[in-house]
Amino acid sequence: MIVETGAFALILAFALAALQTGLATAGRLRRSRVLAGAAEGAALAAALAVAVAFAALIFAFVVSDFSVANVAANSHTDKPMLYKVAGAWGSHEGSLVLWCLVLTGFGAVLARARNLPFGLKTSAVATQGLLGVLFLAFAVFTSSPFARLNPAPFQGASLNPLLQDPALAFHPPLLYAGYVGFSVCFSLAVAALIEGRANSAFWPAWGRWVRPWALASWAFLTVGITLGAFWAYYELGWGGWWFWDPVENASFMPWLAGAALLHSAVVTERRGALAGWTTFLALLAFTFSMLGAFLVRSGVLTSVHAFAVDPQRGMMLLAILGVTAGAAFALFAWRAPRLKGGGMFAPVSREGALVLNNLFLTAACATVLLGTLYPLILEAANGSTISVGPPYFALTFVPLMAVAFIILPAGPLLAWKRGDLKGVTQRLVVAAGLAVLLALLGWLMFEPRKALSAAGIGLGAWLILGTLAETAERTRLFRASLAETLRRARGLPLGAWGTTLAHAGLGVFVLGAVVETGYRVEAARPLAVGEAIKAGKWTVRLDEVRIIEGPNYLAEQGRLTVTLRSGAAPREVTAERRFFPAGGQTTTEVGLDFRGLDDVYVVLGERGRTEAGAPAWNVRVWWNPWARLIFLGPAIMALGGVLSLMDRRLRLAVGKRRAAP
Amino acid sequence: MSWLPKSPKARRRLWVVMAVAPVLALAVGLSLYAMRDSVTFFFSPSEATADKAPAGRVVRLGGLVEAGSVVRDGTGQVAFVVTDNVATTRVIYRGDLPDLFREGQGVVAQGAFLPDRSFRATQVLAKHDENYMPREVAERLKAKGEWRPADGKPAS
Repeated sequence: MIVETGAFALILAFALAALQTGLATAGRLRRSRVLAGAAEGAALAAALAVAVAFAALIFAFVVSDFSVANVAANSHTDKPMLYKVAGAWGSHEGSLVLWCLVLTGFGAVLARARNLPFGLKTSAVATQGLLGVLFLAFAVFTSSPFARLNPAPFQGASLNPLLQDPALAFHPPLLYAGYVGFSVCFSLAVAALIEGRANSAFWPAWGRWVRPWALASWAFLTVGITLGAFWAYYELGWGGWWFWDPVENASFMPWLAGAALLHSAVVTERRGALAGWTTFLALLAFTFSMLGAFLVRSGVLTSVHAFAVDPQRGMMLLAILGVTAGAAFALFAWRAPRLKGGGMFAPVSREGALVLNNLFLTAACATVLLGTLYPLILEAANGSTISVGPPYFALTFVPLMAVAFIILPAGPLLAWKRGDLKGVTQRLVVAAGLAVLLALLGWLMFEPRKALSAAGIGLGAWLILGTLAETAERTRLFRASLAETLRRARGLPLGAWGTTLAHAGLGVFVLGAVVETGYRVEAARPLAVGEAIKAGKWTVRLDEVRIIEGPNYLAEQGRLTVTLRSGAAPREVTAERRFFPAGGQTTTEVGLDFRGLDDVYVVLGERGRTEAGAPAWNVRVWWNPWARLIFLGPAIMALGGVLSLMDRRLRLAVGKRRAAP
Repeated sequence: MSWLPKSPKARRRLWVVMAVAPVLALAVGLSLYAMRDSVTFFFSPSEATADKAPAGRVVRLGGLVEAGSVVRDGTGQVAFVVTDNVATTRVIYRGDLPDLFREGQGVVAQGAFLPDRSFRATQVLAKHDENYMPREVAERLKAKGEWRPADGKPAS
């Protein structure tokens, strides 16, 4: 019964989204506040209907109702409760309902926004409704998660054990909140293209409306991608955290476009300039989200992460992508030339720096796009099958970003309209000197051959120090009395603190990524019980291996002791090799020993035999220096995004938005 | 600077072009340069002839792991035979095989051919999905009429 309610609610949501589009369009054309209000009601109702459908799906998973095909394919009675619930979004059908829930949910929040002008808001509600119609139709007609099985099996096929992990349980909801959050930016951009006027007060206001959405989506996406990278790091047991895999790139491209968008929206808000460009980025961010959905779900690209591969659904998604993005960009091409936002500016100014930021971010995004799609293009052109690996991205993306990072700390120090390059240089000279010193120190201390890694350390330090130099400047640190500094620090808007945190977090990430990549030590060898292996300054001894029984798996659990070379500071880690009878699959459970900022990363491999005939296990050990910073940096960046979001200037613009469900 | 255009609008446009052009040139140049070296071609054993995949060049080799061909020598080195049911290639690999590596299933190995036409793999790829057949492998098998979907599934 509950499952049928869910199926019905999903269809109802589709009808309501259609109603929302129709009412909003009619309301806009007739300038009727009654019709527009009804459309907003429909948006709210559609969100509630999808929420009911999603709750019904979770319920089916919780009670293990195997008469539902999707539950039978992805759940199992032995699974822990968290993964039963997470199983609801672990498959193609379920995750599509989650996608629709975020889409209509944000649509409902948009419908409740108080301070948007009538025309813009109604057009945006209509566009958001249309997106809802497309994706709900896709869910209802091709991928319903509520299809029944007859006869119902006694047991389910279980969720892929690799996905049974806390980080991955929360990864999709956060990622989708980011992906689909850009849909509101998309709708607001389409609405602006329809309603916008040239050279008016319209564009600064529009920039202020679009920025919180871009910020929130970007922050969600940051946390979602980081969780995914962290999962890949400790669950796959390959020692790495980012593989430049097509699916990873698919989530990274909207992030880059979103980062460009939230910077260019600042220019539009403050100076009314770059109106066309900001609109373009708002369209682009969600287009990349949809492109990502297509790449992940259609199976056109070979990826280690792809799931629910089905070419036919891929065609449907490609059609949705083609229709929405095609129509939006056609509208852009037609309308944008008439919508000059105005606002002149000098090249050396805050706006100029933000334009440079956008330039680098979009160029980097384009190289990622090329690397991701090139195998497709080449296969279509001459039939040869290729893969583009990490070296390509290391040679294209990394240098572009490195140049951007060199310029970055100067940006926030420049004044609007006309910056003073000489003054900025004077203020940053201390930070630059310290960064160069640290790079030299890294070069001497670690390994003299790794000049590039040392330069990377300098770059990370430059980002952090340069950003802090700006805050020190604004609070007159060391120049005025401490009381004066504190008074100024309190007076700084939250948005400024957000910028500082986000940029410093980026520096923290760069430091972690550079040191981990440049100086990690790997060692592997078959170990019998009692034997040890060395990796850099660490020694790892295999103490014991025993068979344990988990809730839905059997495991060989290795107890290992990590010590310094001298034998000091011993600490115990457990690494497991789990066998899941439900899917007949084996997974690796990495043993992680946190040592300050470093990780000692231990993987228990297959059982073999030593020459003497005793059992031995292939043990692989990585010493990953500063690996903690790789995941800490993005968390700081996301926190910066949240702080900016709480800035009063933005909150005033959003009005009562937070009160909505 | 008399060569700068007079109107402020044209001047701003010139600035934008002067900023955009080098960044774009850098991006395009880097992409072209990187594409030359870091693109890996994919072959099945019957396609991997000596002139197409010369010894020492990094390529990807895909096919099915021949049943009964996996030999572990105890020091961590593994040898197995990859087949597309037309030709076979012996693959040598040192390291952990992925959790989903099984005889009779699809596999993709990255590495280079040795002069004796055996293949030294530096990486053996697997997927998260237990029913996974690498796309390239499936297509090659289909093209040769050797596609038996049941082969790609585990015995359970």
